[in-house]
Amino acid sequence: MAHFFIREKKLSFFVEFPKMGRADLRDFKKGIDESFKDFTREYGEAIEHFFDPLLYFLVWLEKLFLNTPWPIIMVAIAVLVYFGSRSLKLTIGAVLAFLVIGYLDMWEDTMATLAIISVATIVCISVGIPIGILMARSNRAQTLITPILDVMQTIPSFVYLIPVVMLLGIGKVPGLLAVCIYAIPPIVRLTNLGIRLVDKDVMEASEAFGASYSQKLLGVQIPLALPNIFAGVNQTIMMALSMVVIASMIGVKGLGVPVLRAISNQYLALGVMNGLAIVVLAILFDRVSQKFGKRLQAHTESMK
Amino acid sequence: MSDTKVAIKDLYKIFGSNPSSMIDKVKDGISKSDLLEKFGHVLGLDNVNIEVKKSQLQVIMGLSGSGKSTLIRHINRLIEPTSGSIVVDGEDILSMNQTELRNFRRSKASMVFQKFGLLPHRKIVENVSYGLTIQGINKKEAYERSNQWIESVGLNGFENHYPAQLSGGMQQRVGLARALATDADILLMDEAFSALDPLIRSDMQDVLLSLQEKLHKTIIFITHDLDEALKLGDNIAILRDGAVIQSGTAEDIILHPADDYVTDFIKDINKARVLKVSSVMNNENSIKGPEIQDNVIIEDALQTVSKSGSNGAIVIKDGKKIGTVSLTDMIMAIARSTKNTDSDTVYR
Repeated sequence: MAHFFIREKKLSFFVEFPKMGRADLRDFKKGIDESFKDFTREYGEAIEHFFDPLLYFLVWLEKLFLNTPWPIIMVAIAVLVYFGSRSLKLTIGAVLAFLVIGYLDMWEDTMATLAIISVATIVCISVGIPIGILMARSNRAQTLITPILDVMQTIPSFVYLIPVVMLLGIGKVPGLLAVCIYAIPPIVRLTNLGIRLVDKDVMEASEAFGASYSQKLLGVQIPLALPNIFAGVNQTIMMALSMVVIASMIGVKGLGVPVLRAISNQYLALGVMNGLAIVVLAILFDRVSQKFGKRLQAHTESMK
Repeated sequence: MSDTKVAIKDLYKIFGSNPSSMIDKVKDGISKSDLLEKFGHVLGLDNVNIEVKKSQLQVIMGLSGSGKSTLIRHINRLIEPTSGSIVVDGEDILSMNQTELRNFRRSKASMVFQKFGLLPHRKIVENVSYGLTIQGINKKEAYERSNQWIESVGLNGFENHYPAQLSGGMQQRVGLARALATDADILLMDEAFSALDPLIRSDMQDVLLSLQEKLHKTIIFITHDLDEALKLGDNIAILRDGAVIQSGTAEDIILHPADDYVTDFIKDINKARVLKVSSVMNNENSIKGPEIQDNVIIEDALQTVSKSGSNGAIVIKDGKKIGTVSLTDMIMAIARSTKNTDSDTVYR
């Protein structure tokens, strides 16, 4: 019986997936592409101008890092690491690592990477924390934003590079944007989580003493969520660093550029050296920010 | 009545998806279990009427699930009622807008919590001054005022510690000092001492009573512990399934329990420590013995009488004889009641 029906072509959809026609599909894709191109032509320039301040800041910071004599930068790094971590061992390690990086002729690229990571981190924190607070405050915001964050974290970065490049071209700003899209979800998620995890009893006490919304937020929720928020900042920095190579594909200077060159030319040493420099930066950022975060929780330790 | 501080009237609280639609059914007398089974709503408070007089310590007593914590949260509107009214100092709490309510919480009624609710990231002095800084009082003044309260609860020297560095009893002293620091006339205490171990609990009860002697606050004290209720309360309301089943002084409740539930409740109580000689006093001239003040508890009176070897005592008030008590009457009064100790009855 079954043979009969298939031979009769009555049930052809049963063996072959019902598809959109080839022409229809082409028009469909073309339609999307065209309308996005129109959008780009219409608003591309305005959007580019919107990000101008960010570009100026990034260029300024990069120049500052590059034009400052290296010993001063070295001292600044040592001071920052020491006051962040209060650990002499880590400070010495950081200075040694940067000496080796400089000696192996990676100083300029490292400074460029440092600049874009710093700007990306600042952008992520100043955008991510407010969004996290909003999510913690409203369940509707949470259900709306969570899937967006999921997409941002899982979609292959090359896919969102396409519209970003179409809109803003090749350059520092689209690179920065790509880094931020990838790096912002952890800080948003962990801010939200941190605030939601704040002890209900403490919140009720604050409410019972007549605290206003901002007094609750700034006096209780943010301080108590700080360990989580800080874990988010840490994760954001790590993810931003891991985007350095991809960002260099669309014109961001830094340690990613030689890595990319090494891939296309099969330069093993160049690739490994610059790759390790990224690792060193990541480890330093991680250790310093973790130690700093731990110090913020001094109150949780009981008396010795 | 002018000396009524807090008046709770016809208060109902129903939890569920559409509480206001259930209110008529509750007023018609549907039972708590029927409401839950047939309509999926939980009856939290069932027609509660309590008047708290100024400078009194009102205890609200009930087992877990009786609605006592829900009730106390209505007084500063941490929970909104389904219907009813709450009037404090002639002002209706329920008609207040957000700003008025905030001011009420800041200056009129402060609260002490079972789980302390201290801010773990702030030092003791910052915790005690929390209510003051919320009001916008500058740090210096707030700390000065807080230090007095830290001293009065016996925590001087710990100003710069963090809550996690203190024991439970000490943390609750901080909670008490924080509540007192705002100078609110009303103190809401939600099972404030229940999380403490027995010795420290009794210690804290004494701290509260001695502070109350000086401060004369209006205190509403929630507890599940009848001993605590009898020790602290000027007036005690017993709550069961969200309804007040008896309200009165400690003696009232022990001598005239309203129903079997209360009877069962008080059967293990040491009555000798609650009842005063005046409650078993009569006037028999045949009794001779030592003189005892009318407000002495029977436990102490029995000791005095048995030491003197007589068959009773003369009760005096303001230096004048107002009656007598016999040894037998005192012993009968404190004997465990044999009525209704039905072990099959289960109370939730």
